[in-house]
Amino acid sequence: MTRAAYQDIVLAAPVTVPYARYSIHDAHWWIGRALAETLRIAGLRPRDIDGFACSSFTLGADTAVGLTQHFGLCPRHLDHIPMGGAAGIVAMRRAARAVQAGDAEIVACVAGDTNAPDSFRRMLSAFSRFSTDATYPYGAGGPNMSFALLTRNYMRTYGATREDFARICISQRENALSFPHALMKRPLTLDEYLAARPIADPVALFDCVMPCAGSEAFLVMREATARSLGVPFVTLRSTIERHNAYADDPIQYRAGWAMDRDELYAMAGTTPDGIDILQTYDDYPVIVMMQFEDLGFCGKGEAPAFVRAHDLRATGEFPHNTSGGQLSVGQAGAAGGYLGITEAIRQLTGGALGVQVPDPHLALVSGFGMINYDRGLCTGAAILAAP
Amino acid sequence: MKKRNPLAPLNPPLLPPSARSRAALGLTAAAARGAFQLQVCTHCDAVQYPPRDVCHACLCDALVWRAVPDGGRVLAETTVRISADPYFRTKAPWRVGMVALDCGPSVIAHLHADMGAGQRVRMSARLDKSGQAVMLALPEGSTDLSDDRQLRELACDPRGRRVLVTDIRSPFGCAISRAMADAGAQVLDGIGLDVTDTENVRRAAGAYGGRVEILVNTTLHIRPGGVIGRGDVVLAHEEIETTQLGLMRLAQSFGPALRGRGAEKPNAACAWVNIFSVYGLIPDAAFGAASAVHAAALSLSRTLRAELRAGGIRVIDVFVGPLDDVWHEAQPPPKVSPSQLAAAVVRALRDGVEEVAVGDVAQDVLARYRDDPKVLERELSGRPQ
Repeated sequence: MTRAAYQDIVLAAPVTVPYARYSIHDAHWWIGRALAETLRIAGLRPRDIDGFACSSFTLGADTAVGLTQHFGLCPRHLDHIPMGGAAGIVAMRRAARAVQAGDAEIVACVAGDTNAPDSFRRMLSAFSRFSTDATYPYGAGGPNMSFALLTRNYMRTYGATREDFARICISQRENALSFPHALMKRPLTLDEYLAARPIADPVALFDCVMPCAGSEAFLVMREATARSLGVPFVTLRSTIERHNAYADDPIQYRAGWAMDRDELYAMAGTTPDGIDILQTYDDYPVIVMMQFEDLGFCGKGEAPAFVRAHDLRATGEFPHNTSGGQLSVGQAGAAGGYLGITEAIRQLTGGALGVQVPDPHLALVSGFGMINYDRGLCTGAAILAAP
Repeated sequence: MKKRNPLAPLNPPLLPPSARSRAALGLTAAAARGAFQLQVCTHCDAVQYPPRDVCHACLCDALVWRAVPDGGRVLAETTVRISADPYFRTKAPWRVGMVALDCGPSVIAHLHADMGAGQRVRMSARLDKSGQAVMLALPEGSTDLSDDRQLRELACDPRGRRVLVTDIRSPFGCAISRAMADAGAQVLDGIGLDVTDTENVRRAAGAYGGRVEILVNTTLHIRPGGVIGRGDVVLAHEEIETTQLGLMRLAQSFGPALRGRGAEKPNAACAWVNIFSVYGLIPDAAFGAASAVHAAALSLSRTLRAELRAGGIRVIDVFVGPLDDVWHEAQPPPKVSPSQLAAAVVRALRDGVEEVAVGDVAQDVLARYRDDPKVLERELSGRPQ
């Protein structure tokens, strides 16, 4: 059965609350700030929205349920999405269908996390049952260790070099220099990248995102609603979502996008060549390469050659992670899975905070989340179009 | 050995992450006995890892821990240089790898220093300092592995460590001392130690308790006799004083220093060995009174294990059947000789297990006990006296 098109579903009012390395505020504050700002942009009050989707790792005992009372919301579509880097795409998908079916008029999608000096360690030590049982006791390296293994295997299998990964990190840093909210403010050179402190070989400092506090939000509604509110919007063309794909692969070298990408492009009526801006989930550069391949921009194992052949900067011919991505802006927990979405909305509506890609028509955003044991389990992607 | 500065603070004994799900404790239970087992689905034979509650292939909930082929191949390796955990921060850099097991699952494992991507390995499950099982990938074949820094952290190798053997004058204590020295340990002079005398044990601990890195309690007091036939409790008092209260005295005097020195350099305190009659698990009527005291002492040993865990100290229970001594002359062979017991104690330390049976009789009783204690009780009580 063919999936129903999204018709006139749009995304609007993107918000990035400026990140902070550490924060004395709870996650509730960060999520509340992002929600307030997205509503302010659209000229709405809390009671005007009837849908709320939330993602966070640091809400303690709370979920989206508690936040309704905290924030004075009265939604009829309520979602708590514990999918980390895939949470933004999943929130968008569910919100879009709810609005399309008439179960809700306006859904606010928000993700945010706080960060205190010891909170990352505490999250790692109890991230999931499989990681507590079978990952954390092995050096307690967290995702750095897990991605080091995937990176090593990828390098060994496909001949990628650290210089190849550097191209991704350096071009994103250049994008970040004009993005006002990026935590990394200094240019990154190849020499600095290569000489960086080793973390878990072959992963070194500039391959890792910096955990921080921050939040992101956007609204999902009908085009007519957006027009009546007078807010700039982008239309949702297609989405995909997949979990625990290729479970029999002994080590992760591909993920769910490869399983569903044909549908992603067919539903949007385009091909990889038609994409003007790509926002990948960049917790580590090896995962960016995996997305270039699995989303069809090049063949499996060809991403090292691809990054050598393309200018990945916002000013280049293959604009990628135009805000600087998590590698340069910072990783604000679950908000990391929203950063590409809010940035794509801004770029497509001509509202970039940093370098504006000239006249983009289509953007592809992808999400990746949750190293439950040895690999990321959740993948998602969406194609957005300028109106 | 270089003398430590008495004014320098002790390194606090840090432990690796010890939290586990209930299902994962099956790996620990097997490792404590020196076995490598994974969950296998009784319905579809799929091997599971990480430990599960239902089968990943067919959702059947009847998963059993079973010995599986331990061969595998390293897919990728890394050296963790920056860790979130205080224990691993003191141990960094630490080598970890992803191993594809021949029996199916991919396993994140501690990696022996010689092992890298593409190499064949033999997977084992070992107890770490926290007392929980971890996977360790070792080279295939039987080369000497004892020099590996990470393996040494997972074992209690006597080499280079100072060992106290409590009853050094008995044939068994003497053999164990000799075996320890042969294994590269420095055997402390415990002559004169009397575990039935509280003051004596306290003085001994004051004199050299701060140097003990491995304590082997060789106080073997196993005398024949059941309940009715003994006629009085005089001998039982002696058994309790020696075996049960003797262990408590040793633990109260030597335990605190041992626990506090679990992270000392260059050699951390690491192990406490108790030797029990296997009939402490379930009585042999012919040695019924001694069996009861060994049962009590075994219970104490398990509490001691819990109390010493904070220092990363392994408590090893060594089970013996009839000993080759005057008190077991009426028992049929096979019996446990001093050298046999000594070799088993050294091996248990090197393997870092918690539970080991020495000799055919003890191994047989332990196997029957694990199979069904009630059946074993009938088997033992039905035996001609």
